[in-house]
Amino acid sequence: MSDKMHLKMTVNGKQEDLLVEPRELLIYVLREKLNLTGPHVGCETTHCGACTVELNGKSVKSCTVLAAQAQGAEVTTVEGLSTPDDLHVLQKAFREHHGLQCGFCTPGMITRAHRLLQENPNPTEEEVRFGIAGNLCRCTGYQNIVKSILAAAAEMNAAKEAAE
Amino acid sequence: MIPAAFEYHRPKNVQDAIGILVEHGDEARVLAGGHSLIPMMKLRMAAIEHLVDLQDVDGLSGISIDGGRITIGAMTTQHELITHDGLATAAPILREAALQIADPQVRYVGTIGGNVANGDPGNDMPGLMQCLDASFTLVGPDGTREVAARDFYEAAYMTERSDEEILTAISFNATAGGYSYEKQKRKIGDYATAAAAVLLQKDGDTCTGASIAMTNLSDTPVFSEAAGAALTGTSVGKADIEAAVAAALSDIDPTEDNRGPVEFKRHVAAVVIARAITRAWSRA
Repeated sequence: MSDKMHLKMTVNGKQEDLLVEPRELLIYVLREKLNLTGPHVGCETTHCGACTVELNGKSVKSCTVLAAQAQGAEVTTVEGLSTPDDLHVLQKAFREHHGLQCGFCTPGMITRAHRLLQENPNPTEEEVRFGIAGNLCRCTGYQNIVKSILAAAAEMNAAKEAAE
Repeated sequence: MIPAAFEYHRPKNVQDAIGILVEHGDEARVLAGGHSLIPMMKLRMAAIEHLVDLQDVDGLSGISIDGGRITIGAMTTQHELITHDGLATAAPILREAALQIADPQVRYVGTIGGNVANGDPGNDMPGLMQCLDASFTLVGPDGTREVAARDFYEAAYMTERSDEEILTAISFNATAGGYSYEKQKRKIGDYATAAAAVLLQKDGDTCTGASIAMTNLSDTPVFSEAAGAALTGTSVGKADIEAAVAAALSDIDPTEDNRGPVEFKRHVAAVVIARAITRAWSRA
C-alpha cells in the first residue's frame, strides 16, 4: 500500500477533504467515499460512459481518472444538476420522452448531454449523436435519448429567450 | 480493476519532472491524459513505481502558429485541436484526424503528446505526423533535441525517446493544397483497421507534391515515399491512384488480430488509401 494523500476537490459545489491512495479511481471515491452513486460502474474500461462526470468543465469517464489527478478540481455528478425540489430540464425531458428503459446509462447520458448543451446549445440531431458517442445504451436504440436531448435543448433555449 | 500502488508526483516544471525520471529510471513514467497508461495500469500490464503527472507543468500546452510553422505543446488535448480556429485554417487535417479518435470524453483528456509518444501503432497521430514530416522536441537531462517523426518509431511501443526524456512539443509546417485523413474502424472509439493520411498539392491539373502515410498497418506508422512519388507529376487519374495504392501496399506489413486477417487488412488499406487520395485531390 502506498502512502495516503490528502485530496481536496469541489464536488457539486461542496468542498471535500479526503484521505485517499493515489491509485484509487475517481469513480470509486465518488461512489464509496462520498456516497454519490449516480455515476455508475459499467464496463470499467473507458468504453461505456456510465461513469461520466464533469471534471473542470470537461466530460470524463471517471473510471479512467486517478483520484490524485482530481486534486484541486471541480467535479459535477448527475446529483449536482438537480435541486432537492426540482429535476433538471434534461432529467424532465428524459422522463417525458422515455429516454431510458433500464436506466443504467442514464446518469452518464444526462451528465454528458449537459456538457454538450453548454458547448452547443442548439445542436442538430447528428451533432447530438456524435456528441454522445462515448455513452453506450443497450435498451433504447438511442432514438428516445436523442429526442430527449433535443427537447431539453429547445426548452433551455426558450427559457433563455424568455429571460432576455 | 485498481492499479497497483505507486508514488504520485506532480512537478511544476519540466526540469523537476526530468529530475524524477533521472532518479527513478525505468520505474518512473510520465502521465499526460492517462487514457492509454491508466487502462494498462488497471490491467496490471504496466507496473509503475513512480507516476509523474504533467498536468501542472508550465508551458506544455497550447497551439502557436508563427508564419508557416505550427508548434503544438505535448499536453494539448484532442478537443483543443478540434476547437482551435487557427489550426483549422493552417492545417485542417489535424482536426479531421482528431475527430476520428476515440470518443468525446476521451478527446477532452487525451493529448497529442501522449498519442505520439506512446508508440502504439494503433494511435492515429503518429501516422499523421509521418505525412506532415513533423518534428518532435525531446527534453532530457542533457538538454533539448529535435527528432523527425519519420525517425522516431522503432517498433511497437519502442521509440527514439529515452526513459529520461519528455516529449514536450510537436512542430510542422502549415499545409497547402488538399488533405484527407480516412479511417476504417469497427465502431466509434475503436482503433483503425486501416487509416491513411494524404496531402496533395496541385498546379493546374497536375499533382506537384504528395505525401502519404498510414496507421495500424505495421508495428510502426508507415510513410510511403513511393506512393507519393507515384502521384507526383500525374493528373491523379484512376490508373495513377491504383499505382499509388500498389506502392503503398508494398510498404505495409499488417498482422492478423481481432480486426481481421492480413488479407482483409490489405483490402481495407487499399480502399482507405484510394478514398483519401480522391478526397484530398477534390480539395486541392
